Amino acid sequence: MVSLIVFIPLLTALFLLTLNKNAVELARRTAFGASLLTFCISLGLFTGFDSETAAFQFVERYAWISEFGIEYYVGVDGISLFLVLLTTFLSPLVILSTWSSVEQRVREYLFFFLILETGMIGTFVAVDVFLFYVFWEVMLIPMYFLIGVWGGERRIYAALKFLLYTMVGSLLMLVAILYLAYLHNTQHGTLTFDLLRLYTLEIPVNAQMWLFAAFALSFAIKVPLFPFHTWLPDAHVEAPTGGSVILAGVLLKMGTYGFLRFALPLFPDAAHAAAPLIMALSVVGIVYGALVALVQPDMKKLVAYSSVSHLGFVMLGLFAFNIQGVEGALYQMLGHGLSTGALFLLVGVVYERRHTRLISEYGGLWKQLPLFASVFLITMLSSIGLPGLNGFVGEFLILLGTFQANTLVGAIAVSGVVLGAVYMLRLYQRVVFGPLTRPENAKLTDLSRRELAIFVPLIALMLLMGLYPKPFLSRMEKSVEASLARIHKTADNKSVESVESIGAVESLGRLSLDPTDPKDRKDPVDLKGAS
Amino acid sequence: MDMTLPAINWLSVLPTLLLSATGLLALFWDIWIKDDERSLLGWLSLTGIVATALCSWLLWGHNDVVSFSGMFALDAYALFFNLVFCLVAALTVLMSLRYLETAEIRHGEYYALILFATVGMMVMAAATDLIFIFLGLETMSIAVYVLAGIWRQHLTSHEAALKYFLLGAFASGFLLYGIALIYGATGSVQLGPIAEHVGAQGSSPLLLIGMGLLIVGFGFKVAAVPFHVWTPDVYQGSPTTVTAFMAVGVKAAAFAAFARIFLHTLGAVHADWQGILWVVAALTMTVGNITALVQHNIKRMLAYSSIAHAGYLLVAMVAGKDLGGAALLYYLVAYGLMNLGAFGVMVAVGRKGEPHEELDDYAGLGFRYPALGMAMTVFMLSLTGVPPLVGFTGKFYIFSAAVQAGYIWLAVIGVLNSAVSAYYYIRVVVNMYMRDGDAIVELPSLRSALGVAILIAAIGTVLMGVFPSASMSLAGASFLSLG
Repeated sequence: MVSLIVFIPLLTALFLLTLNKNAVELARRTAFGASLLTFCISLGLFTGFDSETAAFQFVERYAWISEFGIEYYVGVDGISLFLVLLTTFLSPLVILSTWSSVEQRVREYLFFFLILETGMIGTFVAVDVFLFYVFWEVMLIPMYFLIGVWGGERRIYAALKFLLYTMVGSLLMLVAILYLAYLHNTQHGTLTFDLLRLYTLEIPVNAQMWLFAAFALSFAIKVPLFPFHTWLPDAHVEAPTGGSVILAGVLLKMGTYGFLRFALPLFPDAAHAAAPLIMALSVVGIVYGALVALVQPDMKKLVAYSSVSHLGFVMLGLFAFNIQGVEGALYQMLGHGLSTGALFLLVGVVYERRHTRLISEYGGLWKQLPLFASVFLITMLSSIGLPGLNGFVGEFLILLGTFQANTLVGAIAVSGVVLGAVYMLRLYQRVVFGPLTRPENAKLTDLSRRELAIFVPLIALMLLMGLYPKPFLSRMEKSVEASLARIHKTADNKSVESVESIGAVESLGRLSLDPTDPKDRKDPVDLKGAS
Repeated sequence: MDMTLPAINWLSVLPTLLLSATGLLALFWDIWIKDDERSLLGWLSLTGIVATALCSWLLWGHNDVVSFSGMFALDAYALFFNLVFCLVAALTVLMSLRYLETAEIRHGEYYALILFATVGMMVMAAATDLIFIFLGLETMSIAVYVLAGIWRQHLTSHEAALKYFLLGAFASGFLLYGIALIYGATGSVQLGPIAEHVGAQGSSPLLLIGMGLLIVGFGFKVAAVPFHVWTPDVYQGSPTTVTAFMAVGVKAAAFAAFARIFLHTLGAVHADWQGILWVVAALTMTVGNITALVQHNIKRMLAYSSIAHAGYLLVAMVAGKDLGGAALLYYLVAYGLMNLGAFGVMVAVGRKGEPHEELDDYAGLGFRYPALGMAMTVFMLSLTGVPPLVGFTGKFYIFSAAVQAGYIWLAVIGVLNSAVSAYYYIRVVVNMYMRDGDAIVELPSLRSALGVAILIAAIGTVLMGVFPSASMSLAGASFLSLG
């Protein structure tokens, strides 16, 4: 089943090449159908998932390059399950958006997009580290094409920057992976790239530092962690709508996923040693991203910087090394994927109509575009973390975890939440509220039925994840606990007890309505807005 | 004094004889053949090459075919290289059929020279005697000197030939001197006795100097820094197909002999030569890649890229042992496929009087000629080392050998170089897909020889990348046959 999900998009992409160049409609329908089919099959992962175990499920395992003990080994656990679902969920929606956002070389666009989907899903399901690396790199190329061919004016620069940044990071990771495999060969006599067996390695602490650095650099660039974020605004601004959605929605999660799956559990000592630095960088990223977002005249750039800020939260949650923090981080990854994906789609909607992304070109859209205004409202509120929507759950858990780990860091991070509300609300206010100042905007049409079909599932999921997080959190729990147990298996082993017995589900139920929570206090505005 | 003729095992020289005979046939047929039928010479050569490859394939497993008093061994190692050289020669001939028309080069001697050069390469890979290796090297080199200058209408071709000849002769001198010193140190020019002597006695100053001179000689042939200065001019000036043949074939042959001598025969004193090769490898990768960054002519860019790839191959030499040797063999095939493919696309893009070698000529090519664009993209990405293409598995093989042998910093330098190389390879892709241009190309059909050559290279690049297992074990077994 997992292989089907991985390879249906790739096979469809190859099939598209056989189509006539002018059969645009057919190409779109085929791609949409295939990605929808992929999503439907991936739902089977969700329903069939056993939340009582941390082991990989739906495992498929075949020898691939036996000379190096490399296997085609895929499966999902509580950590990757939702990221796979997020990918398969967003992909058909993005393809749906291409009906209006992509007019030239549609077939080629869809070709690259579907290959990208295969790469992304493959990255999440790979258990063999070599396989992971292959998918990780495979993903780069189609994204590079999407930005470089269908992007804006400075697309070539942005695409190349994106490619080179990520490539430098990942190549160093390759050496680290090789080192791990040969260390396993030395310690256990077999050469393997099986992650589960690599977890059992006894890695000397000073080697851990180097290896962690190699992995962390690669992932930090992808996240992007401050100060490795400079490729992101360029890539986002120049990318076509679909590219931005996937970039923000899924690709950025590759970095945080990499930390949780590889860098932290493989090198616990180094992770603990690096935690203060990375937490500091995350907090800087949160505040810096928010402040820069505050002054952006370009909507897309604003959302891009807001991603830097939000992903800082995710990193904070991961490096809190407790169950609330990590589950919150995972939840926030999904939440951010939905809300930021939706935000980029919304920017795309007005961009297709007006061909500008400058905030000052808009204003007073609520009268002309009531549907757009309401969708935007919910998305914006979800992004700033209003209770009842998906963003809240993740942010809350992350802050809960962070305060346990480090009060000071938590306190600074909270200011990021406040700033997040400020720039989002200001954006909304300047685009949607006020008088209609530009005559061009008076002729704009509201969301079409196709566009509604894109946004309704997104909004529904935001509400579901905000109101009823249990089915999500319960499936994550075992895997996150297992991962935390590995992270706490440090050389001096002092902090085993800090894996709390309170699961995130319970703590959320107990605390989410607590009025003293800093999140609830600060924004009376958004409560009104939501009601 | 009695002269006894050494026992000659004709089977062991069968592939070499077959190819030499074809070469001679091509040379003589050229005298009678009509001008408009000269492309038949190409097909004749191709038949000879395929027969040779087939013959080498059938001889696989007859490992005892040592002949001429131990001067020549057709072991799996030699057979593997025979297959590589046949592949290179076959693809070169397929590409040349069209190129010779557009570049207006006479067919006759061209094909014969390609075949003779290939024979020289095969001798280099199979020889187990330093003098015999030298004979192979000279057979190959002299043929290639002529090939470099065969484009008589072009001054750059003359320059290339002269430069290559002078520096090549100089390098041969170094090599010969190195052989003499090694003979002085060990008392033999045969690899077996040398290995025994070195294994028992270790190294001596004389041996060290000899090895150093050999490294200089081979360094010239594989275009390693600092012996690479001839490469860009020679590669750019020579006819494109000859450049492809040199970049892949000559390099592979030089590495075949280089690795047989150093990894196998002088393996016991690995510690004595690995340090200098470490430095050479690091320099070669870095200088090659960084200089390639600023090139605007694709042929010249590929010349620097071939220097860089020599650096990666040297990493495999430094790593040594079975894994390093196997990685070297595998990477030579990988490099051959993707590089010949890239040159094939260059031939396809060129037209009579318009070589289209500048980066700007490739603008917009990708969408106007999708198949050609896709093939070039595959080759460029593979040269960069993007999975799942063969360039990636090859680099993976080499760097894992380096890590296994403990040369982690060399591996780090290597991967960083790959990242640098991404910039200039990707620039070709950028031009093909992200800029607009108007170069008109006579697209080769899939049925044309050139189309077949590009297709073979592309399919090989993808398939060997996705399913590397079979070719890896073949490379591994071949290297192990050295004993």
